[in-house]
Amino acid sequence: MPELIAKAALEQAPLTKAGVTLAAVEIGPITSVAVLPGGAKAVAKALKPLGLSFPAPNTWAAKGAARIVWTGRDQAFLMGVVPPTLDGVAVTDQSDGWAGLSLSGPGAEAALARLVALDLRAAAFPIGSAARVGLNHMSMVLLRVAEEAFEIYVFRSMARTAWHELAEVLDRLEARAALKA
Amino acid sequence: MRLKCPLCGDRDRREFYYSGTDDYLNRPAADAPLSAWDDHLHNRTNPAGLTRDLWYHEQGCAQWLAVTRNTITHEIMAVDLVAKERAK
Ligand SMILES: [Zn+2]
Repeated sequence: MPELIAKAALEQAPLTKAGVTLAAVEIGPITSVAVLPGGAKAVAKALKPLGLSFPAPNTWAAKGAARIVWTGRDQAFLMGVVPPTLDGVAVTDQSDGWAGLSLSGPGAEAALARLVALDLRAAAFPIGSAARVGLNHMSMVLLRVAEEAFEIYVFRSMARTAWHELAEVLDRLEARAALKA
Repeated sequence: MRLKCPLCGDRDRREFYYSGTDDYLNRPAADAPLSAWDDHLHNRTNPAGLTRDLWYHEQGCAQWLAVTRNTITHEIMAVDLVAKERAK
């Protein structure tokens, strides 16, 4: 067996500008759970021991380290835990396919507003919301994890592009804040 | 322009890929006459008024949507999941 070198998708140190912190997120295993026709009952039963249920569109939920995130029609990502045996679904390991970033702080909404064509104010996108939506030209899974914090998952091949785009947004927010001061 | 994806909700037009008429959903049988295949592949009406066409929610849920709209008023009457219709 060849020795493979495990590397994080992002090795940048957290970056704070304009009251927003951009950081890499290591969420652990990511498993795609795609419900087969007629499989809804079986998957509900299999998720129960984790304290989770299959999420409604545009939502996510957590129990301890385990998270379940809606990602499409009859599809969710189980994150943060090694999946139990799941019946009624097609299961695919996606762990190495995605890169996670977090954006937190009072300016997080304003920062995302520059790249995301979706109303992300807390009234429209509260904690527990998840969306498949564009991050500029990239596809992402976006989660609101706290009042002033979001997590962003992009295809791993896009990790550094996503970081770059977000870092540039923070630069501009900082420049704008300096003008106002 | 915004489309209300039945799964994702109200979304910007840039998230979607436009494919064209929903004629593509009605595929002739393999042994259908060549004229039927000719129609299916090449011949389109150009309605002034109601039309129904296929849009792919590329930057969202990755579903094909059938959008009923009016080409004169730009009103959008319905957005349906193709997968749901097919499952019927
Ligand atoms: Zn959608």
